[in-house]
Amino acid sequence: MNTAEAARRIGTRLTTSLIPILLALAVVVGLLAAVGAPPFTALGYVWSGAMGGSSQVGDTLMAWVPLTLAGEGLVITFAAGLWNIGIEGQIVMGAIAATWVARIGPDMPFVMLLLMFLAGAAGGALWALLAGVLKTKGRVNEIFGGLGLDFVAAGLAVYLIIGPWKREGIASTSGTEIFRPSANLPVVGTTRLSLVAVAVAIASVVLVWLLMRGTMFGLRLKAVGRNPASARLMGIRTDRYLLGAFGLCGVLAGIAGTIQVAGVWHKLVPSVSGGYGFLAILVALLAAFRALRVPPIALFFAIASVGSAQLTLLLYLNSAIGGVLQAVVVLFVILAGGWQLRRLSKRRSAAAAEAGAPATVAELQASGPAAPVETSGTTGV
Amino acid sequence: MNDTFASIVFFASPLVFAAVGETISEKAGVVNLSMEGLVALSAVIGFMAATVTGNVIVGFLAGMGIGATMAAIVAVSSIELGLNQIAVGFILALLGVALSSFLGDPYVGREGHGVPHLAIAGLSKIPFIGPVFFNQDLMVYGSYVAAIAATFFMFRSRRGLEMQGVGERPEAAFARGIAVNRMRYVYTILGGALAGIGGAAFSLDVKLGWQNGLTQNYGWIALAIVIFGGWNPARAAIGAYVFGALQIIALKMQPHVPSLSQVLGLTPFVVMILILVVIYLPTFRRAADRHPVVRRIFAGDPPSALGTVFRRE
Repeated sequence: MNTAEAARRIGTRLTTSLIPILLALAVVVGLLAAVGAPPFTALGYVWSGAMGGSSQVGDTLMAWVPLTLAGEGLVITFAAGLWNIGIEGQIVMGAIAATWVARIGPDMPFVMLLLMFLAGAAGGALWALLAGVLKTKGRVNEIFGGLGLDFVAAGLAVYLIIGPWKREGIASTSGTEIFRPSANLPVVGTTRLSLVAVAVAIASVVLVWLLMRGTMFGLRLKAVGRNPASARLMGIRTDRYLLGAFGLCGVLAGIAGTIQVAGVWHKLVPSVSGGYGFLAILVALLAAFRALRVPPIALFFAIASVGSAQLTLLLYLNSAIGGVLQAVVVLFVILAGGWQLRRLSKRRSAAAAEAGAPATVAELQASGPAAPVETSGTTGV
Repeated sequence: MNDTFASIVFFASPLVFAAVGETISEKAGVVNLSMEGLVALSAVIGFMAATVTGNVIVGFLAGMGIGATMAAIVAVSSIELGLNQIAVGFILALLGVALSSFLGDPYVGREGHGVPHLAIAGLSKIPFIGPVFFNQDLMVYGSYVAAIAATFFMFRSRRGLEMQGVGERPEAAFARGIAVNRMRYVYTILGGALAGIGGAAFSLDVKLGWQNGLTQNYGWIALAIVIFGGWNPARAAIGAYVFGALQIIALKMQPHVPSLSQVLGLTPFVVMILILVVIYLPTFRRAADRHPVVRRIFAGDPPSALGTVFRRE
C-alpha cells in the first residue's frame, strides 16, 4: 500500500465515521441550545452522570451488559441476512422465564441463579425460534412477525404482572413481588454492578467473534446471509441455518432478560427490557455487524442512556436527548457510508470496473443483510 | 350505541391516514418503517405549530411537512445512496420517538385545539350510517377522502396502475417509459405527508394536547394494518376501524376484567401474524385461485419489489 493510498484510506475513515459523529454532536448541541439549556454544561452532566463515580459506572455497565449481549446476538442474525426486530420480545420472554424460576425454584444460593439463566436462555430462544419458524415454514417476514411477537411478549408480561403473578392484595403495573435473595445477582459494594453479568457479556463477545470467524457454522451462515439461493445450491440447508441464527440470538437475548430481572430490577416489571433490544439494533448497525465493535459502541450508548437521565434532575430537561444523540449518530454514519459508497461506485464505473474489490465497512452497512425485505411470496414455490 | 360506533370511527381516523399513507408508499415499492417515529414527531410538531400560531390548519400543515420530510429521508437514502430501507426507517422510528419526547416536553399539559364539527346535511339523517359516519368533524371526513381517493387512484386510474407497476416490476415499468425512481419519490413523500396528517390529528383532534407517549405504538400498528389490509387502502381503513373497535371494547371491559383489556390491545399483531400465515398456506392459495371472491376479501400479496433498490443499468 503506497502513501497516497494510505492517505485516502484515512480520508475515507474520517468522512465515514468522524465527521458524521461530529455532525451528530453538533445537532444535539443545537437542540440543547434551542430549548435554552447550556449545551456544553449539559453534555458534561451526561458524562459525569454516567462515569462520575463508582455508583454511576456501575449503572452504566449494567446498561452496557444487555446492550452488548443483544448486540452480539444481532451480529449472528444479521450475518444470516435476518432483521431480528423481535429481539425486544426475546429479552422480555427471557425475563419472564427467569422470573418464573425465581418464583418456584429451590431457594439455594447458586443453584437458583443457574436455573434462572438456563430458563431465561430457553425462553429467549423459544421466542426467537417462533419468529424463525414463522419465517421459514409460514413465510411470514421476520420484521413483521418479530414486531408482532414483541408486542405479544410485552402484553404477556403485563398480563402476568397484574394477573397471576400480582402482589398480595394489589394488582398494579409496578411489578411483581421482589425476588428472594437467592434469585438476585451479587453486587459489588454499594453499587448495582454485578461482575457475573459483566463476565457473561464479555464471554458473549468472545464466543460470537470466534463463531463468526473461526467456525464452519459462521462461514456458512454468512454464505446464507449474502446469497441464500447460491448457498442452497451449494447444499447448505438454509432453513436450518436461519433457525440456528435465530436460536443463538434468542439465547443471548434471553440471558440479557435474565440479567435485567436478577441484576437490575429484582422483580418483573412491564418495561423490563428497558428498550435495550431496539437500541441494540442501532448498536449492531453502527458496528457494521462485527462482533468486536459491539462492546465499545454499546458503551457509548450506555453512557448516553444513563448519563442523560441526569439532565432531568439537574437541568429539568427531557432525558430523551440521549436517545436523540444515539439515533442521530447512527443515522449520520449510515448516510455518510452510503454517500461514500456512491462516490466509490461512481469512481469504479469511471475506471471501468476493478473486479473483486473486498466489501468495505460502508458497503456492509449500506447493504446490511443481503435480502432487504424478502417478500417471500415471490421466492418460488 | 350509535355514539359508540361514532367514537370508534373518530378515534380510528388518524390511524386511517397513517395506514393509507404507508400503503401508498409500499405499493410503490418503498417500506417506510419510520412510521412510529413519524407519527410521534408530526403529532408534537403539529401541536407546537398550532399552539404558536393559534391556527389548527398550520398545525396540520406542519405535521404533513414532518411526515413528508421523514419519508423523503427514507426515499433519498434508498434511491440515491442505495441504503437499506429497513435500516434507515428503523433508525428514524427511534429518532422520531426520542425527538418527540424531547421537543414536546415544554408543551405537555398545554391546552388543545380541536377541529370544527360538521354534520353533513341530508347524509347525517340516514339511520345508523348518518350518526356514525356523517356527524363527525372535518378531520374524519378527510380520512374518508384519503382512503377512497387512494383506492380509486390505485386500482382504477392509469397513473395508479403505473404506480403498481413500479412496485411490482420496476424493470418492466421502466421499459415502458415510466420514471421508476421519480414515481417512488412522489408516492413515498405523499404517503409520508398523509401519515403526518394522521400524527397531527392525534394531538390536535382526537386527544387535544400533547403528552409523552401519546401516540405510542400507533405507528407500529399502522404498519401491521397495512398487511392486514392486503395493501389495499380501503381494506386498511376497515382494519383501522376493527382495531378501534377492539380498543373501545378493551376500554369498556377495563373495570370488569383488567387483564383482558391488556390482551385485547395486542390483537392487531396476533391477527396480522395469523393472516400472514394463512395467506401463504397452499390450501388457501388454491382456494383463492378458484374463487376470486376469497381473494378479493382476504388475500393480498406484498408488492413484489417491496424494499428493493431500482437501478437502471
